[in-house]
Amino acid sequence: MREPRSVVLLGGTSGIGRALARKLAERGDRIVLFGRKPEELERSVQDLRVRGASKAAWVECDLRKPESFASSFDEAQKVLGFFDTVIVTAARFATQEQLERDRELLYELLTVNFTHTVLFCEEAKNRLLARGGGTLCVLSSVAGERGRKPVVFYGATKAGLSRYLEGLDHRFRQEGLRVITIKPGFVKTPMTAGLKPPPFAAEADEVAELILFAIDWGIPVLYVPLVWAPIMSVIRRLPRFVMRRFNF
Amino acid sequence: MDSWLEAHTDHSLSFSSESPPPIQWIEGWGRIGVWGKELHSTELEPASAGAALFRGLGRSYGDSSLPAGAGDVVVNTTFADRILGFDEKHLIVLAEAGCSLRELNRVFLPRGFFVPVTPGTQFVTLGGMVASDVHGKDHHVHGTIGRHVLSLRMRVADGRVLRCSREEHPDLFLATLGGMGLTGHILEVEMRMRRVPSPWIRQYSRRVDDIDEFLEALAQAAKRWPYTVGWIDCLTRGRHMGRGILLAGDWASPDEAPSSFPKPKKKINISFDFPSFILGPHTVAAFNHLYYWRHLPRERFCLTHWEDFFYPLDAIGGWNRMYGKRGFTQYQCVLPAAAGPEAPRRVLEILTKHGGASFLCVIKDCGPEGEGVLSFPMEGVSIALDIPIRGDTQELIDTLNEEVLREGGRIYLTKDRFTRREHFVEMEKRRLPRFQEIRQKWDPELRIRSAQSVRLFGDPMPSPKKADGFAFRK
Repeated sequence: MREPRSVVLLGGTSGIGRALARKLAERGDRIVLFGRKPEELERSVQDLRVRGASKAAWVECDLRKPESFASSFDEAQKVLGFFDTVIVTAARFATQEQLERDRELLYELLTVNFTHTVLFCEEAKNRLLARGGGTLCVLSSVAGERGRKPVVFYGATKAGLSRYLEGLDHRFRQEGLRVITIKPGFVKTPMTAGLKPPPFAAEADEVAELILFAIDWGIPVLYVPLVWAPIMSVIRRLPRFVMRRFNF
Repeated sequence: MDSWLEAHTDHSLSFSSESPPPIQWIEGWGRIGVWGKELHSTELEPASAGAALFRGLGRSYGDSSLPAGAGDVVVNTTFADRILGFDEKHLIVLAEAGCSLRELNRVFLPRGFFVPVTPGTQFVTLGGMVASDVHGKDHHVHGTIGRHVLSLRMRVADGRVLRCSREEHPDLFLATLGGMGLTGHILEVEMRMRRVPSPWIRQYSRRVDDIDEFLEALAQAAKRWPYTVGWIDCLTRGRHMGRGILLAGDWASPDEAPSSFPKPKKKINISFDFPSFILGPHTVAAFNHLYYWRHLPRERFCLTHWEDFFYPLDAIGGWNRMYGKRGFTQYQCVLPAAAGPEAPRRVLEILTKHGGASFLCVIKDCGPEGEGVLSFPMEGVSIALDIPIRGDTQELIDTLNEEVLREGGRIYLTKDRFTRREHFVEMEKRRLPRFQEIRQKWDPELRIRSAQSVRLFGDPMPSPKKADGFAFRK
């Protein structure tokens, strides 16, 4: 039998994070949700309990406030005793048009998706290494693979994040830290609702299943759904004059 | 999109999107739709403020879940799907309105619990089930779902969020059971589940020769089985009119059931519109023959998968596309027991006269009327027909409605798209005034409305915009 994992999950109240938390709960893992809305967190924790989590709790943690990270992890440690897995599914998203219009929003997206996410991962890394290793799984995006017109800023933050995670994996794998970078394509979540789903649009549930697989097997990079791996390998190789003409 | 998203989302193939919700095409299961605004939300409480209507998985066939006009916002509840508590001792579950029946079954059936009442598809939400006050194969024993609902948390038109039950605001509670979402927005549902002895079904089926025998067989089966339903081949006329297969079942006891949990069923998906000739009278007649004669022995007992028994059509994702671009409608009526056994025969006669208007029908004997002020079932026989849209569809529905009126029956709003207001008002002359009175009390300005309530209840049409009104999908 597999030992249950003890998981800290940032962003588990909705979308992919919610689906992932449920899968963890259903197989009896122990979970602490990090998030910033106490009421939402409480409701999600109830949901996880009904589904069979051997332990479910929440701790307030705001990705906009990096100074809160350390104390949130302290709290999680208190609740769980220890944790061996940290998952980050939270990120900021806004459309290119909105970001071009609104400087403050842009600043927030840039800092939150890159700087603060990195700081959060650093805090997680230190704590996981302190107990001899563990798993750090972070959702980046296929949007970080090439510079594209509709996701100039968002893609840039995700590109930076992917590189950081890659470096982290190379540097600490020997010491027992498994860093897992997930690169989802379009997933039907509350955020993308109202947009016309492109080809290969995935359900949060199937994506969560794959992420769980990557976590359990320590797969360093996984495109979800898997079809994005061959697609991105083509897109990565497209010459710039071709990319420039595309509107996707 | 100014809120923080804890969800990871990607926009890799982004289409320019201006939020909040853009005007988009929203359709019911019968694939007739309208232009309107649909807002998907994880948090129903803030999202419900100012909404005209809630909708779930969009399985109502007609216009029950469609906005009355392009300016109205309907909130889609499907992302609000958390189970907030389960009291195993008292079998009480509390969940958000967007929680699907499929999810409830997936979570609870392996533990030996099942929903108190289930409709014929799992792709419905709890909120939708309450708003339609759904019934199932066990209506003659367990009534509608409303009987098992203990309380509701609702957003009413004046902005308050409140809990209602048989004790608190009973008028609101009872009008909401089967109230088509018109009394307020359902945020959470608390209901009593049922314990089942195993996750397998002991099934009995029987080939039936004509409509009279069918009614007799249903009545007999109802005494022995908690779940009964009939399938009728609507293309056969004359002496064998109303021939079909009767299906009955019960949960298998632990000693007769396999010890394993049944594997989830594989699903096929239909991702394109079938050309209209595929579901034509000839192909369907052939199918009906096969289906009927495949049941070669007159009676058959077997052990079966619960999904096959309760949700046969769920195995085909998007089966509504088989009806092609023009779509289809369903017509379901209940004929009171008082109208006598001849009433279903008269309805079938109208149908077969319209040659091939409907391919098959589902027949079910219902138990006594429930508590819901406008809830559909009543003691008698319910008949449900799939009708592909043709030139004469309106005329056929009118004829059927006139017959149902003569028999003292009524129609199921969840299925309806074509009934005329005068017919509906006449059918519901006993109950509608009370329903409207309760609605007036809670929502004097009729802010909560649907395309259906404008069509049938006489709600004022929202100010016309160019995109308003019904249209067939381009």
